[in-house]
Amino acid sequence: MSTTTLAVLVPLLPFLGAVAGLLLGRTAPGFVRPLAILPTLAAAVLAVTVAVRQGGGQPISTATELTPTGSVPIDLSLYIDGFAALVAVLVGVVATCVQLYSTAYLRDDPRYPSYAALVSLFTSAMLLVVYSGDLMVLLVGWEVMGICSYFLVGHYWETEAARSASLKAFLVTKLGDVPFLIGLFALATDAGSFRITKILGTVAAGGLDHPTLVALLLLAGVAGKSAQFPLHTWLPDAMAGPTPVSALIHAATMVAAGVYFIARLLPVFAASAAALVVMAVMAAVTMVGSALAALAQDDIKRVLAYSTIGQLAYMTGALAVGDRGAAVFHLLSHGAFKALLFLGAGVIIHAAGTNSLAAMSRMDGLAKRIPDAFWTMTIALLALAAIPPFAGFFSKEAVLVAAEQTATGHSDLAPVAAGWLVLIAGVLTALLTAAYAARLWLMAFRGRGAAAPDHGKEPFAMTGVLWLLAVPSVAFGLAADSVADWFDGRALTPTVATSVLGTGAAVIGAMLTYALWQRATVKAATAPAAGPARSAAAAEQPAAVAATVSAATAAAESAAETPEVAEVTHEHPAVPAGPAADPGRALLGPLHRHAADGFHLDAVYDRLFVRPVRGAAGLVRFLDREVVDTYVRGAGSGTRLLGSLVRRAQTGNVQSYLSALLAGAVVLAIATAVLANVNAGS
Amino acid sequence: MHLAYPAVLAALLFCTGLYGVLARRNAILVLMSVELMLNAVNLNLVAFDVWLRDALHAGQALTLFTIAIAAAEIGIGLAIVLMVYRNRGTSDVDRLRDTAEGHEPHPINAGDSTGTARPEVAA
Repeated sequence: MSTTTLAVLVPLLPFLGAVAGLLLGRTAPGFVRPLAILPTLAAAVLAVTVAVRQGGGQPISTATELTPTGSVPIDLSLYIDGFAALVAVLVGVVATCVQLYSTAYLRDDPRYPSYAALVSLFTSAMLLVVYSGDLMVLLVGWEVMGICSYFLVGHYWETEAARSASLKAFLVTKLGDVPFLIGLFALATDAGSFRITKILGTVAAGGLDHPTLVALLLLAGVAGKSAQFPLHTWLPDAMAGPTPVSALIHAATMVAAGVYFIARLLPVFAASAAALVVMAVMAAVTMVGSALAALAQDDIKRVLAYSTIGQLAYMTGALAVGDRGAAVFHLLSHGAFKALLFLGAGVIIHAAGTNSLAAMSRMDGLAKRIPDAFWTMTIALLALAAIPPFAGFFSKEAVLVAAEQTATGHSDLAPVAAGWLVLIAGVLTALLTAAYAARLWLMAFRGRGAAAPDHGKEPFAMTGVLWLLAVPSVAFGLAADSVADWFDGRALTPTVATSVLGTGAAVIGAMLTYALWQRATVKAATAPAAGPARSAAAAEQPAAVAATVSAATAAAESAAETPEVAEVTHEHPAVPAGPAADPGRALLGPLHRHAADGFHLDAVYDRLFVRPVRGAAGLVRFLDREVVDTYVRGAGSGTRLLGSLVRRAQTGNVQSYLSALLAGAVVLAIATAVLANVNAGS
Repeated sequence: MHLAYPAVLAALLFCTGLYGVLARRNAILVLMSVELMLNAVNLNLVAFDVWLRDALHAGQALTLFTIAIAAAEIGIGLAIVLMVYRNRGTSDVDRLRDTAEGHEPHPINAGDSTGTARPEVAA
């Protein structure tokens, strides 16, 4: 088969799998698992084949026009360059891993068939985005992903959190999609085509009339999809979905689409220096803010969600300094290790029975219960913290090198200011990233307290996938040289200066966290010695009690029975008796409260948008119910009133009817006579 | 004979009949009043027929028609009144108000509905 046919099959197979899964899910439950895994696996294999055949050489570009569509034609077209080929491989591999993992993770879920079909549809939409050479077709995939994320995030729709999170994810991304659509139209009007090749040709010829406007409009859509400030708020809440969905959304598909889109159309963005600076500011704010927020989260998945936002900001930063090779390189390695992190987090949550890091830090021996997750998570966290020689180190260094080159004026694409912004924010975030990675690791695997509950061995479908994903997390960075050939050809290898800077920052962050954690643990161990505190969580094991301080809620629960605890909490009324061994609290200091709340951005949005909309809705309801409905009801009741008046005349007495008839006849006769006389006289 | 006499007499008869139709309570008397009105018309027809010296005597012919129709009408009317009296125990026109809007369906029968519907049998 020709490469083009194979490439068409890549998005098509998961789509057909999704359709078949949705149709057969109820009638033939036995086919659900094969239908979920096999098309995705086949798509992954085909994507690899396409990538090998394309080989980073000349882009494959074909197009067919199905039907004339008016002024600007819409084609079904493929445009596969090195970026598309490699991102498609990532999508295929991660989606296959997620599907395999889901068979075990959601094996008892009654809605597994629809879930698996939606994941397939999601994958197919992302592959369409990746391969499409036409912006309108790309938009179709883009929007299908939006609706799939709505369904998947709301998988557990019985819970209020999942319902509101899915709505939020949908609405916030749509908020970005509206300017995105307008931007696409503006771009197509300027270029006279939706084809990416033609648009890039127009840009190269300087034919773009409003580059800044178009770039900023498109940037809004990207910010929504890739969860960049200020439209990032949906992503942490999207953790209400099942963990594999988080892995899929965060690693390879939804959020990657935005970055990938910019990478594809980078010349359009680069045509406007203002857009690049805006992008750099956005990336810098998102990076630092999300890293701080990640440091303060208690839910392990929310930590990872904020870390995703931060890593995406790295990619946006790389794009802001005009190096899409670095951006997509980081996208690929991040896709691998973040999928691993989420799937590993799923195993941890499975084993610990809780999402809360604080609760995990009160468990002993969680690492021994799930050795596979422990080792692979360690690898992934090291990759996330950009410790050499793991994949994250190379890709993050590529971003930092690009920023450093721009900052020192070696780039002809991006302004120097953008370079400095990204570089400084990047190094700072490297420190914070290492800090929260270390915090997560210490709190999840180095807890002290009661022994972790034993849920038996995790299924192989879950642990095997982890090791599979651990391979690229470790070794992908070594491929930096060969990957560079697939991209624009710019070197992706780290330089000494940025390596020292980035790794130094990461090591400082990790060491600082470790030191604070040590101190916090020691303090936690000594503090309860003053009074015989009893933790409700560790009530069965009095020996371990001394090492822990109960959470405020646990203390409150047991306060009624054990007056000693009430005494202890009474001694520190201002300090919440939270998990003592939380280095994030010490590291952030007074900032912790705000960071835990995502810097109150949700509250601000609530104040700015939700309440005015609610108020307007209340007004509309009032106008409808009290004003419009009054007229409608008045039309009915007025007629009824008139009717009841007329009914009075219906006495049933025939003689009165006749009298009225006679009176009428007489009046008519007199009127006729009078009128005849008047007319005759005139 | 002057036309005025039969005309005035017919007018008096018609008015009497009209009064009877509109004011009498007894259905039979109402029917009789209708007869009076018809006869007033008949009188007018004959009088004007004579006064106009109509060659075809259309007025007299029409009078015969009217008499025939009046006979038929009184026959049916009296039969109806008889049946109403048998059913309701009364033939007072102002108490036959079944078609009234929002009243009891049988205000007449409300009192003696325990017995038979035929008052002469009940009596």
